[in-house]
Amino acid sequence: MKNSDSLKAQQGPYFGEYGGRFVPESLIAALDQLERVYFEAKSDPSFQNELANLHRDYTGRPSIITEVPKFAALAGNDIRVFLKREDLNHTGSHKINNVLGQALLAKRMGKTRIIAETGAGQHGVASATAAALFGLKCVVYMGEVDTKRQALNVARMRLLGAEVVAVTTGSRTLKDAINEALRDWVANVDTTHYLLGTVAGPHPFPLMVRDFHSVIGVEARAQMLERYGVLPDMVAACVGGGSNAMGIFHAFLDDPEVKLFGFEAAGEGIDTPRHAATLNRGRAGVLHGARSYMLQDEDGQTVDSHSISAGLDYPGVGPEHAWLKDIGRASYFGVTDDEAMQALSALSKTEGIIPAIETAHALAGVINTAKLLEPGANVLVNLSGRGDKDMQTVAKYFGFIGADE
Amino acid sequence: MSKVAEVLAANRAENKPSLIGYFPAGYPSLEQSLEACVAMCESGVDVLELGLPYSDPVMDGPVIQAATLESLEHGFKISQIFDLIRSIASRTDTPILVMSYYNPILQYGIERFATELKAAGATGLITPDLIPDEAGEWIAVSDELNLDRVFLATPSSSQERISKAAELSRGFIYAVSTMGITGERKELDSNARSVVSKIREAKQDISACVGIGISTSDQVLAVNAYADAAIVGSTFVKAYAEGGLDSLRATVSALAGN
Repeated sequence: MKNSDSLKAQQGPYFGEYGGRFVPESLIAALDQLERVYFEAKSDPSFQNELANLHRDYTGRPSIITEVPKFAALAGNDIRVFLKREDLNHTGSHKINNVLGQALLAKRMGKTRIIAETGAGQHGVASATAAALFGLKCVVYMGEVDTKRQALNVARMRLLGAEVVAVTTGSRTLKDAINEALRDWVANVDTTHYLLGTVAGPHPFPLMVRDFHSVIGVEARAQMLERYGVLPDMVAACVGGGSNAMGIFHAFLDDPEVKLFGFEAAGEGIDTPRHAATLNRGRAGVLHGARSYMLQDEDGQTVDSHSISAGLDYPGVGPEHAWLKDIGRASYFGVTDDEAMQALSALSKTEGIIPAIETAHALAGVINTAKLLEPGANVLVNLSGRGDKDMQTVAKYFGFIGADE
Repeated sequence: MSKVAEVLAANRAENKPSLIGYFPAGYPSLEQSLEACVAMCESGVDVLELGLPYSDPVMDGPVIQAATLESLEHGFKISQIFDLIRSIASRTDTPILVMSYYNPILQYGIERFATELKAAGATGLITPDLIPDEAGEWIAVSDELNLDRVFLATPSSSQERISKAAELSRGFIYAVSTMGITGERKELDSNARSVVSKIREAKQDISACVGIGISTSDQVLAVNAYADAAIVGSTFVKAYAEGGLDSLRATVSALAGN
């Protein structure tokens, strides 16, 4: 296969017509530096070794694969379901893969302070963890709404020594946390690295964050071949900004027989105004430094998203997903709050694995789409995070504790 | 020659300082923003920078964020800016430039927006999140319609990037005084002077105007000593928010040296 034919070989800044750098000129020098240092590191065996050792000794990689037959039976059509257990990583989600990589880059660039945005708090916790490990100062921007629904993660970040700033502008969720982080970065770019947590934002972030997470798919592809002797027929992941999905999809992009399904938050319903189904209901525009799909009104003003899951509650999506959708290589479906919560409960009860609410969207998606597959199909799901952080929301949703608590 | 460039050149020839003043369209209502803009022109701004409100203004500090959000909450629509420009232009000769983030213009259609902008009587656009590298369509359309096209140069920009921005700008080039977002600063970064000299090195016949952080008449004069104008935003919006038209007039007059 020629490089130009390889979907895996895309290096940005554009993925088809998506991506680019739509940011204030003040940030261009920092993005140029980051791009240069990242490409140097990418081809530097000592950097790759250091990161691999960290993943082995600190993250707990490789993460295992678990077959979940009782959950699969709920989906029907005799499918087999395999979970890539990113929930077992240190800090409880896939986010650590990218954070350790970028923290090493921050050190390489001589930056002493990192800033991060967070929705569910998983990326914030991972960033605070890396900052503690590497002795970096860390400020995490989090929408005020999210600091409340993910209070436990706020406490975790503070315990780790990070400063958590509750963002009170705009819709007070992830989108506004990114705005605040960008404003901080514009002002402090000499000392500060913006440790962006998803495959969105200006080049080189979509490419770099994807690369740091691609270990998920590389491992899972090898594990499937080694253990079961086949590639999966379908790979499933939830999509907010899209980092865990790109991480597991990337290794399979040039395997055309493997279907790639992404599941977005359809909130209260994809035909209601309250959802975060950017790829299904958005259109092309520019948000947070890149051209991609986004939820917007006819004037190009960003529309507030909604999801029960803070990590998927974002009106944008990474540009590589927009491109994969347009060329038909990946398909994206909506999953409602209720479907996700039922799937979360189902995996917990049938298999003893409590997924994050974000991740539960992928599980519900598998149940919804099993009928689109051949009977007996093998399905690989990125179990991107564990649900401990969500117990408050879960308890309230299922009435496990009093309504006043 | 661009009308903006003419005004700045005329002041410079007479050794008069120039002041560019920002105000958001539709804040706090369309009517009130019209009166505020006219008051600013009457009180001494040499160029009016009319802001198009946007939901995610990453270059703006708290004062302008709050004002533009209020404008949107009161129902401001892009299509209303053209009538607003016409109304301002019917009452003053001050050239009007629009400041807009990229997505609203992209969604409206770059050519459609530019055509209506010109027909309404504005001279062009300042684009804080559209760098020359990504601005192919806007460059082509603004060339065709002969609209002003203001790119930014910052303390972190390489000489090469500043040269490119200066070459591609028309009307003036926006020299960002300091690394940060809009809002008042006690002291102006000395970086502003170095950005302006890099612009001069690249291109002699373009005005270099300094913005971000300017809030006092001393700062306006200091900037005019080495640049072609001072650009002031948050201070005017704050004056209006706190004391209405009278306070806005007084603040503009003071900063314009009237």
